Amino acid sequence: MVDRSEPLLKMPDVALEQARMMLDRARWAAARMQKLDRTAVLRICEAVAKAGHARAQDFAEMAVRETGMGVVAHKVQKNQACSQGILDLYRNEDFISPRIQADRKIVELPRPAGVIFALVPVTNPVATVYFKAMLALMTRNAIILSPHPQAKGVCAEAARVMAEAAKAAGAPDGSIQVIDAPTIPLIEALMGDERIDLIVATGGPAVVKAAYRSGNPAIGVGPGNAPVVVDDSADLKAAAKRIVASKSFDNSILCTNESTVLAFASIADRLLEAMKAEGAHLCTSDQVAKLRALLFTDTGFNTAMIGKDAEVIARAAGFSAPGAKILVTPVDMVQPEEKLVREKLAPVLAFARVPGIDQAISAARSMMRKAGQGHSAVIHSRNEGHILAFAAGVPALRVAVNVGASLGASGFETHLGPSMTIGTGFAGGSSLGENLTPQHLLHFTRIAYNKDSGEAFGNFAGLDPLNLPKRVAAPMSLAVNNSEADLRAELRKIILEELKSVLAA
Amino acid sequence: MFDYGHFQFESKQDLFDKAIKFWNPDKTKFWQSVGVDLVIDRREGYFLYDMSGRRLIDLHLNGGTYNFGHRHPELVETLKGALDYFDMGNHWFPSVARSALSEALIRVSPGMAYAVFGAGGAEAVDIALKSARYATKRRKIVSIIKGYHGHGGLSVATGDERFSKIFLSDQPADFIQVPFNDIGAMEQALSGNDIAALIMETIPATYGFPMPNPGYLQACRDLCTRYGAMYIADEVQTGLMRTGEMWGWQAYGIQPDIMVTAKGLTGGIYPISAALLNEKAGGWLHEDGAAHISTSGGAELGCVVAHKVIEMLQRPQVRANVLTVAEFMRDGMAEMIARHGDVFTGVRQKGVILGLEFGNSGENAVAVSRALYENGVWAIFSSLDKRVLQWKPGALLTADLCQEILDRFDAAMPRARELVHAAKKGN
Ligand SMILES: Cc1ncc(COP(=O)(O)O)c(C=O)c1O
Repeated sequence: MVDRSEPLLKMPDVALEQARMMLDRARWAAARMQKLDRTAVLRICEAVAKAGHARAQDFAEMAVRETGMGVVAHKVQKNQACSQGILDLYRNEDFISPRIQADRKIVELPRPAGVIFALVPVTNPVATVYFKAMLALMTRNAIILSPHPQAKGVCAEAARVMAEAAKAAGAPDGSIQVIDAPTIPLIEALMGDERIDLIVATGGPAVVKAAYRSGNPAIGVGPGNAPVVVDDSADLKAAAKRIVASKSFDNSILCTNESTVLAFASIADRLLEAMKAEGAHLCTSDQVAKLRALLFTDTGFNTAMIGKDAEVIARAAGFSAPGAKILVTPVDMVQPEEKLVREKLAPVLAFARVPGIDQAISAARSMMRKAGQGHSAVIHSRNEGHILAFAAGVPALRVAVNVGASLGASGFETHLGPSMTIGTGFAGGSSLGENLTPQHLLHFTRIAYNKDSGEAFGNFAGLDPLNLPKRVAAPMSLAVNNSEADLRAELRKIILEELKSVLAA
Repeated sequence: MFDYGHFQFESKQDLFDKAIKFWNPDKTKFWQSVGVDLVIDRREGYFLYDMSGRRLIDLHLNGGTYNFGHRHPELVETLKGALDYFDMGNHWFPSVARSALSEALIRVSPGMAYAVFGAGGAEAVDIALKSARYATKRRKIVSIIKGYHGHGGLSVATGDERFSKIFLSDQPADFIQVPFNDIGAMEQALSGNDIAALIMETIPATYGFPMPNPGYLQACRDLCTRYGAMYIADEVQTGLMRTGEMWGWQAYGIQPDIMVTAKGLTGGIYPISAALLNEKAGGWLHEDGAAHISTSGGAELGCVVAHKVIEMLQRPQVRANVLTVAEFMRDGMAEMIARHGDVFTGVRQKGVILGLEFGNSGENAVAVSRALYENGVWAIFSSLDKRVLQWKPGALLTADLCQEILDRFDAAMPRARELVHAAKKGN
């Protein structure tokens, strides 16, 4: 047989065609989801959260194995938080029933987006699958998950577990689907498909831009690069502990992780000592240079180092840092040309000294000029003046206080709304300025009455559009039905229908 | 002016005139007499466009031919790809396309061993009947009264005499007909031990899709076994996932000896049909493989497209869609009966095969078909039971379009009622 690279016949791209069929399946699911009431939705969400939670450990291990990124124990925590945790948080919020605002003479009827196409990043694969699927179900949307190719195995498996649980609990067929073999051309082709109502893009800038270019409504988020101010009013031990824990959390793979500490000069040494006590390795200037060379290539961050252990990174750079949780690299300049103050999805933390709050703010602004606009910043302080000045001065849309950045800015340890999708706002190339929560996957039909006080607002209490009395159209005139038997049959039918509607009401 | 490149029509009327003059005067006039002045022009997905430009949603699908919709892009791309390399081929020789399709068909048809190709359903039915006669060395064929298996030399004799007598092609001595769902009559017909085959539409389409009673098909199958006859499943309208299974006989859990598929096998873009034979029925393929010959039967272009159709049918999304559409139609029609029970009296359904009943007598479905036509939906009445409207949603219908169909159905019912009552008054 002659081996040819091209087949003899040019045939359709089956993967693409099959993915298009998934869109139709999702459209069906979306249409049917909208007929579910709150009890049914809660039952489905409970089943899915439980199924996800039960596999949190497995999938954490699988994710680390497949992607080579992160820390199993931390991924377990995230997987639990994004399944059962999300359910517990929103269980008592109602995204389904009409909302009556008597004072404004308005009734809001929640209208789900429909079909959500969700991009899942390689950094937080399972947690993002869980998170987006939970949010979609809670708001009665159908979701198609499109994993990063390097995490497709574990994502497909995680999505299948959730999909099966959903179906078994009464969700319509196709409520949760996953693209098994994602490729960039496939995803680009799908994103522009009009059968998609909303794209939720979490991932690198290229994929986010593609989502916005698609022509479909999209929520995409930009990269982070969080400055961390520690001022002279901070509890230094607590700050050190939180910083090291957060920077080492899942090896800094959350986009909210700390990038650069901006420590007031007056407390910098004490802070460093406290951080060392928590497991930080303070690099020598030689080690700093080696790390800079290792981590930043001509094309950007060295992806082979994303989410790796601190010890592994040190070894790759050519030195050893036994037992280190994070590597701290002191820098003299906080400007984008100092590569170490850019975003680092790895447990390497830049450290700079600033004379006071004004310089802290300008340094934060400087480092975020290249990347991180609209994302996150942190301050460890008890000085409200500092906190307010910093928040007003940095181009971040969330400023977490006295908490680690990884779980603080992402809302797990603050009240920002726990999220795997962090809106970076207009400055950060996003339509969303807050942490993605269920409400972002809904719109509302608003019943709005005449403002005039002469026009009374209706009484909608207890009415539910899913459960209104059946509207049976009155049968047409029976005049031409001249036989008596026919007439009797018609009368019987009318009476039956009347009875049925009375019983249903 | 309708300019199709190398032929032109001045107007739609011009077309009607020429159709009457050169093509088929009676058929052309019949449709006009029942208020359906359709000349299908453009077509795409589940939409037909009349020459006037009016859009119709197709729920006739030409008996399932357009199960995947008209000119499904994937099938069009497949055929175009095939045209760059193949033509019909030469039926005398083994061929890659025919072998590949045979294998694909046999793999999805448990119990079957060989595929023999024709160009249309009737030809495949004739192949099936001939194969059964060869295997049993018997001549007689049993079929169902009001069954329909096409108009070939043998197949036409299995059907309604309207189609055979006119051509002096009825053969009552060899072709016995029994009522549907009557096991006693079936046993009587088979018990002489002289029947070659029973041919059975799994759900009789042209008769308006009356559903087989529980156990009926299995009983027929068992009677065939007992009396040495072959069971031929005509899957021309019930195959290809329309029942939610690849073949209708699988949905009823029976095992035929021979089965026939056509129509939707190539999604309506290239004619092909196949009789699938079990080992015994395929015996003649060992003795004289040229005993049945068909130049365009199994044309390679059609084989490539059919291969694609079989692949598509095995995608989980397709089956899921069929089941969802079936459920939607079940619930939707129940609602329509609740609203319009005075004219719309019942539903027969298996998967996306539905017969909608309009009363117990008369030809109400003709009026309903017209009312729907006026409301942008094309669904045909059952030729052999005109109380029943054939309602054949496509396997790939979307949620939005299904809702539109139901809304249009709802809107058409007052007009249907009017036409039905007017017809009654006229009588
Ligand atoms: C059940 C059945 N069998 C056989 C045929 C014949 O197929 P064809 O018209 O392709 O010859 C038809 C056509 O309508 C049919 O419905």
